[in-house]
Amino acid sequence: MAKRSTISKSAPWIGAAVLAVLGLVTAGPAYAILGALSGFVIGWLVFWIAERRYRDAVPSYYTAGQTLWHYAFRVICGGIFVFLITPILVVMPLSFNAEDFFTFTPEMLAFDPEGYSLKHYRDFFSNSDWQNAVRNSIQIAPMATLLSVSFGTLAAIGLSQPHVPFRRAIMAILISPMIVPLIISAAGMYFFYSRIGLQGTYLGVVLAHAALGIPFVIITVTATLVGFDNSLTRAAANMGASPVRTFFKVQMPLILPGVISGGLFAFITSFDEVVVVLFVGSAGQKTLPWQMFTGLREQISPTILAVATLLVVISVLLLMTLELLRRRSERLRGMSPG
Amino acid sequence: MTDRSAAETTGPDQFIGATPDNALRNAERADAGPVLAADGTPLKKSLNRALRLSKLRALMLIAPLLIFVVVTFIAPIADMLFRSVENNIVADTLPRTIAALDDWDETTGNPPDNATFEALYKDMYRAVEAKAHTRLGSRLNYELTGMSSLFRKSGRKVEDMGEVFQDQFEDLDGFWKDGENWNALMGTDSWLAAMEGWDTSDKKGQPPFEMRDGLAAMLPQTATAFQDYAQFIQRVDEKNLARQDPWALVYSALYNDLTSGADVSGYTGPAVAELQAAAAAVDGFETVDYRAAFVDIDEDWADPEVWKTVRLYGPNLTNGYFLNAVDMQKTPQGVEMRPENQQIYITLFWRTLVMSLAITGMCILLGYPVAWLLANLPARSANLLMILVLLPFWTSLLVRTSAWKVMLQQQGVVNDTLVWYHSTAVGKILDPVVTLLMNVVIGALNAVVWIWNLLSGIWGAVDVELFTYAALGFERLALINNVTGTIIAMTHILLPFMILPLYSVMATIPPVYLRAAKSMGATNWTAFWRVYFPQSVPGIGAGSILVFILAIGYYITPEIVGGTKGVFISNRIAYHISSSLNWGLAAALGSILLAAVLLLYWAYDRIVGIDNVKLGG
Repeated sequence: MAKRSTISKSAPWIGAAVLAVLGLVTAGPAYAILGALSGFVIGWLVFWIAERRYRDAVPSYYTAGQTLWHYAFRVICGGIFVFLITPILVVMPLSFNAEDFFTFTPEMLAFDPEGYSLKHYRDFFSNSDWQNAVRNSIQIAPMATLLSVSFGTLAAIGLSQPHVPFRRAIMAILISPMIVPLIISAAGMYFFYSRIGLQGTYLGVVLAHAALGIPFVIITVTATLVGFDNSLTRAAANMGASPVRTFFKVQMPLILPGVISGGLFAFITSFDEVVVVLFVGSAGQKTLPWQMFTGLREQISPTILAVATLLVVISVLLLMTLELLRRRSERLRGMSPG
Repeated sequence: MTDRSAAETTGPDQFIGATPDNALRNAERADAGPVLAADGTPLKKSLNRALRLSKLRALMLIAPLLIFVVVTFIAPIADMLFRSVENNIVADTLPRTIAALDDWDETTGNPPDNATFEALYKDMYRAVEAKAHTRLGSRLNYELTGMSSLFRKSGRKVEDMGEVFQDQFEDLDGFWKDGENWNALMGTDSWLAAMEGWDTSDKKGQPPFEMRDGLAAMLPQTATAFQDYAQFIQRVDEKNLARQDPWALVYSALYNDLTSGADVSGYTGPAVAELQAAAAAVDGFETVDYRAAFVDIDEDWADPEVWKTVRLYGPNLTNGYFLNAVDMQKTPQGVEMRPENQQIYITLFWRTLVMSLAITGMCILLGYPVAWLLANLPARSANLLMILVLLPFWTSLLVRTSAWKVMLQQQGVVNDTLVWYHSTAVGKILDPVVTLLMNVVIGALNAVVWIWNLLSGIWGAVDVELFTYAALGFERLALINNVTGTIIAMTHILLPFMILPLYSVMATIPPVYLRAAKSMGATNWTAFWRVYFPQSVPGIGAGSILVFILAIGYYITPEIVGGTKGVFISNRIAYHISSSLNWGLAAALGSILLAAVLLLYWAYDRIVGIDNVKLGG
């Protein structure tokens, strides 16, 4: 790689400064930032092309067409990534909107502090509807998770034994809550639970959500058990440990990452679920997603965006937890984290 | 046993008994008979027992969950399937009418005979008391419009119909006016005594009515009517039977009994004088023509169509809901298609299918390049980019849907950005070029549509409208509350479900294959199409089926961004459950959808295997 000249290195910054000043003078602070960004890109791009640095990333035998396609492909992929991430990024600044609008107001674009406020967050934390919804969600999701994790882990261990009769059929039944469309599960549960008096009760919603979370626990825990060395339990039994002790002291610590990530899946399934609770629950079990759904369908208020932002933060935390668990699990099993 | 082992032990270790070594030796001996385990039992049996034990242990571990899932999930699904054919309400509400209709010859074009109308009166009277007639009316209204109002209207007036008899009995003797006297006549002495001793503040403790012996034989209709009345007052209304006066139905039953030759001369119980006086007087009573009375309430009762419908839906099981779900109907002449303007479900199923396919197609189109990039980048940057896929995957569905609702609105972010772009210098220069390019594409699409329409005339499919050409100048796009909104939002929501299976397949394809193909002279395209693509097909299959299964049953997103044109069959199911309360039809639509999904599930299991489902990399 050829050594880059000073002018080539500083060009992006020069471009950024020039266009930023231009934007500030002609339009306003928002355009200054826009100008800085585009100036940086233009400054970099000019020298990137002029110095033929685009050749560095592709094999030297590539033709011009192949090189062009190489970069065009990356631009296309970049566009798809933008499509994937934009909706999530857009709600965040909008939730700080000082007005009840769903678009960026001129004040917001001018980075005027007047244009921003925490009022939608204040509304979320002071409105009893939203607070009730949060409370219900917090009461329902952990109970459902507990049920699906305890039943699911046991069954996953059973399913991983070498000789299980009707394994395929059992697996198909246990996975079915994930495959059957939610609206059908919801309809069936609504009919059946109202027959046995569970419709509109806390227990009914918890049972329904536990059923929906089970496939995730089964899938993640059986996947962890595939790498589990069964001679460890035999060794433990050989040294006099009871089956229960073996389970808690030997097997459980090793499959714990799988159990926790299954639990997280079950938790998010219940926490994020709206169709089933809409039918099986009554006003007393109104969860957060339900409240959001009502809000979106009837009187859409920007408080929803504040809630959405908080939920995105929660899912980022969950994602990080899962990634850490995955690495730990691979370390325990002697694989390098990849 | 011991003797034999002792004789057969060999070698330096002269242990006698069940050691593995001895068992091995036993097994090796050709003349030892069946192969034995260490403890002397045949090896086959011993192994079988061990296998059975391990099977049992595995099943014991699985059993709690299996029972849990069966009760909380499978049973509801089975209940839904059952509801789609269940049709008890007509037979439960109008049992006598259905029985009486058996003799009716519907080909004559006349309404049924008077006896049927009398049976209808008896059934309706009870139904009105239990307030079941409106539910029956709405049920039959699904099959014949106007039934709901007919039943509601008749319900209000049917109570007056039998009062002719009540008035005549009461005019004959004030004795018949009073509920207490009726109780004394019909109830057993022990029950009457129990009623005396009942503490009325204890509402639940009312002694259940008991019929006096012999009455059912002497006055069968009166006994049945009174029994129903007493049961209803005590159990459903939870009122004091001693304070109530009987239904008019009881009087008409008594009239029927007495006129049809009930022999009261031998009767010796209470109120014997009143009963005998009534028996002597009934022949002179004015009677009721039930048919005329019903037709007087509503002329529709004289319409044979009404009666045909009642008879048609009399059986306990029906395929009516399923026929309804595919735009057909059951008529007395047989099964036929509904009128054109009432056909909505086939269109809706078709639309759900087409839109799910479109979404799946979009997901393949957008997911394939991304998965390829992720699989071919160095691990570090691939992991970083993977976050961009996993973050939407982990974000709440409601968050993503609300984000799209906010972005796609008329005054939303997308439209505002476009307006701003068109106002800039770049936009003004590029606009004519873009418009021209768009119109070229639209022209090509329209050519396809034109050919499709030409062919659809031949095989009878639905014509598609031509796309309108783009004009210069920008109007805010209608991106929400239509098909576009649903497809954009659902493609975004389901895209991770396509990328993840594609990625896991592509990660296993060695990149050297492509290089080998190219080194042997293949062009980029040939190398990709002939070498790489076939190996990635399993990933496409897995992702497509997953996305399609999820898309076909989606409810939330179409409900919020789909408006009226962009909704799926699921939204119709939800509507029938919560708004129109036509649960049977909802169940039938759900069953059809379920069948489609299970078929796909089966295909997925065959192609990918349920065990190979991976979550989040």
